[in-house]
Amino acid sequence: MNSLLKILKYQMQDNIRSKWVLGCFLFFLAFTYWIISFTGEAPKVIMSLLNIILIVIPLISIVFGTVYIYNNKNFITFMLTQPVNRSSIYGGLYFGLVLPLILSFIAGVGIPILVNITIFSESIFTLIIIFITGIFQVLIFTAFAFLIATLNEDKLKGLGLSIFIWLFFTAVYDGLILFLLQMFQDYPIEKFALGLTLINPVDLGRILVILKFDVSALMGYTGAVFENFFGKTTGFAVSILVLIIWFILPLTLGFKKFSKKDI
Amino acid sequence: MIEINSLNKNYGSLNVLKNINLNLAEGKITYLVGPNGSGKTTLIKSILGLVKKYDGSILVNGELLNGGSGYRKDIGYMPQSASFPENLTVRNIFEMVKDLRNNTENMDEELISKFNLKNEMNKRLKNLSGGTVQKVSAALAFLFNPSILILDEPTAGLDPVSSGILKDKIIKENGAGKTILFTSHIMSELEDLAQNIVFILEGKICFEGPLNSLINLTGEKNLERSVASVMMGKVA
Repeated sequence: MNSLLKILKYQMQDNIRSKWVLGCFLFFLAFTYWIISFTGEAPKVIMSLLNIILIVIPLISIVFGTVYIYNNKNFITFMLTQPVNRSSIYGGLYFGLVLPLILSFIAGVGIPILVNITIFSESIFTLIIIFITGIFQVLIFTAFAFLIATLNEDKLKGLGLSIFIWLFFTAVYDGLILFLLQMFQDYPIEKFALGLTLINPVDLGRILVILKFDVSALMGYTGAVFENFFGKTTGFAVSILVLIIWFILPLTLGFKKFSKKDI
Repeated sequence: MIEINSLNKNYGSLNVLKNINLNLAEGKITYLVGPNGSGKTTLIKSILGLVKKYDGSILVNGELLNGGSGYRKDIGYMPQSASFPENLTVRNIFEMVKDLRNNTENMDEELISKFNLKNEMNKRLKNLSGGTVQKVSAALAFLFNPSILILDEPTAGLDPVSSGILKDKIIKENGAGKTILFTSHIMSELEDLAQNIVFILEGKICFEGPLNSLINLTGEKNLERSVASVMMGKVA
């Protein structure tokens, strides 16, 4: 545990100076500032922020995470030859990447919001949920990135797989659900559709925000079914729980593989 | 001291190491030599715990390798091509490794001063030349006074002056009783340091013993030719 924190410290120092993290911060800063000055209304800002967070954060996290492991291959090998166990190295690398990303996201989105805090006076809670959603997307997709990079020696294959996973969860998946619902519209498959929504971390993030936002109509069919089925509080708890599972699962799988792997 | 008993390693159907038995005596310089793909790196990686799945046993300073990481505090390792996080400074890297090893006493900073690394301390790794990174990596391997040094192609990428410095350092540390293992697939300028030669071909040890006896065995005039004649199959 102790050496995990030490690795974390130096990895954070490295990543906080990285152009990726800086670029990520500037992007969120510019986008949030632009959206606020463009619309000026809290609900519209929050909806736009949500959509961009659910598309951009998974992409940044999964691509940067995968590239990061491949680029640092020699350094990871070097650390493995030091008297440090593998769990500290994996954990240190993971949190050393995730924390700067989360910081750049929170600062980038947070600063323009703080400057214009008056228009958000009634939706502080929704904003907090937005941040929680964003943090979960970073945690989940970086864990996926590490898992993919650990499983695949080939950089090109790993990167391709990462982009596929991103595309699948952000675009293809919703299309598939819609297609299924349309195909089987004569059958009562709401619960089935609900189950399908639950297994997509990006959809879950969306549900989390919209449940608190009173615009469930905006999120379409599955959202309405979801709210009917769980009610607000249970729905919230279930989404958080499933998001946590989505974060723990790829992280532990990746770690298990890493600790047994021949480097 | 490193003791390897009937080590076998397969990658799928590929048999990389075949029944390796090797004893690296304390205080000796061993030169592990063999062509590309002969299994040198896999052997070193097994000793370092990078390769985990193998048959047989490896003991480092009497401790059986079984997944623990503690034994590696006695090993200094210089990889063939090192790289470090590009946004950290050289100073950060040294601090990090000291931190990780929990060791700030009894430092051997001779290579840092001989390689003139003091002037590079505040530079970021991405601004260093490949040779300087190799110097950092060499300095790190010797920094903690480990009783075993494993150097993988140590002089590759170093200029003649630096490789001379490294050579002197190896001789000095060996004089202080360190066990040293280094590898190369070409005959390097370090060959005359070798007190013991291990020649490995297609995952098997073809020859193990002092330099003279290999030369006598093959009847050639130097190590390069002897090794070549072993590889050509002139000597069984």
